[in-house]
Amino acid sequence: MSEKQRIVIPGDLVSRDPARRGDGTYVRDGSLYASLYGLVNEREKIRVVPLSGKYVPTRRDVVVGFVKEVTFSNWIVDIGSPYEGLLHVSEYPRRIELDEMSAHLGIGEAVLVEVKEVDPMMKVELTMRDRRLRVIRSGRIVEISPSKVPRLIGHGGSMISLIKGASDCSIVVGQNGRVWINGKGC
Amino acid sequence: MTKPESFITNGIRIDGRKPEEIRPITIEVGVLDRADGSCYIEHGLNKVLAAVYGPREVHPRHMQKPTTAIVRFRYNMASFSVEERKRPGPDRRSVEVSKVSREALEPVIFTEYFPKSSIDVFVEVLQADAGTRTVGINAASVALADAGIPMRGLVSACAVGKVDGELVLDLMKEEDNYGEADMPLAMTQTGEITLLQMDGNLTPEEFEKAIEMAQEGCKRIYEIQRNALIERYKRDIETEEEPLETPEEEPVEVETVVENEAEEETSEEVESE
Repeated sequence: MSEKQRIVIPGDLVSRDPARRGDGTYVRDGSLYASLYGLVNEREKIRVVPLSGKYVPTRRDVVVGFVKEVTFSNWIVDIGSPYEGLLHVSEYPRRIELDEMSAHLGIGEAVLVEVKEVDPMMKVELTMRDRRLRVIRSGRIVEISPSKVPRLIGHGGSMISLIKGASDCSIVVGQNGRVWINGKGC
Repeated sequence: MTKPESFITNGIRIDGRKPEEIRPITIEVGVLDRADGSCYIEHGLNKVLAAVYGPREVHPRHMQKPTTAIVRFRYNMASFSVEERKRPGPDRRSVEVSKVSREALEPVIFTEYFPKSSIDVFVEVLQADAGTRTVGINAASVALADAGIPMRGLVSACAVGKVDGELVLDLMKEEDNYGEADMPLAMTQTGEITLLQMDGNLTPEEFEKAIEMAQEGCKRIYEIQRNALIERYKRDIETEEEPLETPEEEPVEVETVVENEAEEETSEEVESE
């Protein structure tokens, strides 16, 4: 992985073998072309890693969201993407009454949630039914570009564990580029 | 501005170019902080700024399409962009230019990747010197790439015209105002034409020749667009100590969970009271 990274722009030829098609590429006339402006990553599959772009939710992503609206039985959560997330009351860790929803999780509050399901209409269902997911009431949230998330985590988590160790903070990186940092000083 | 005596003397145009030569172009990428992608182009005396926002939620809601993203394009000329102050705001011409420019770019964007969203392109002409719609398309196409929007390729645009009965590439102001024809053309890098307009008159033979010339011009502009995008990050990449890592690993967050577990119980209890 030490050779120089190749920058491509949309429409650049990346491979003659369409079977190696990865993210950020498309097939035209039996060859593989880049569809994004980014860096080529060649493994079994050829991917183009974008240099910028919006977060598109995918199933099982852990993200940091802000509550935008409380409706009859859902919280509408801004997850920093073109699509809003829906968190149903039944996906809250404990059973709560419908009329007590905003008391538990009000507008403007931050939540650590997981993407439960994304349908083709881009309806994003979220869940908090996991021990690691919670309402964020302490620490601070920093926003970075979603395309930089893999770099913050590092290879096999090397970068993030280095930062965690040196700062003595707990850090949760949301796939949407929002990072929750919680330390003793906060 | 008055009509020059002749546009071409000894095969050289009034600004010193050859008939099939384009004006000098400089492109800067990522000039606006708040936009998702942006680009500033100086093309001869034209100065054009393009900004791209999105994919983002569609407002007003009823414009959204359930299966694809919508592309909106706004071409606007600043009131100070021309010699005689232009009345600000959209007019018949800018509505037309917006429409044809949008249609020039739409075929290369993978709109199906972002259903129910919109991609908004804004092109501001700060200084105009003929051919602003082609410059706007060139700028918008680079700004779209900068915004990380998936595309089949870049779009390049260039105009051909006729002055003194001779075909010339990339008209400048005097040639446009007093020339006999003006034909802007936009194409993808694979040579598919996405915009073709003409005013004035060309014979069928001239038209054939004009298309060829414009395609040559587009190819040259494509190289400049490409270089601008590549150069922007080249320096960063070369000085980088650690190569960019792409993770196969999934949530590292799992370990955080363990750290916070005890805390979670307490916080939940507090909350329920």
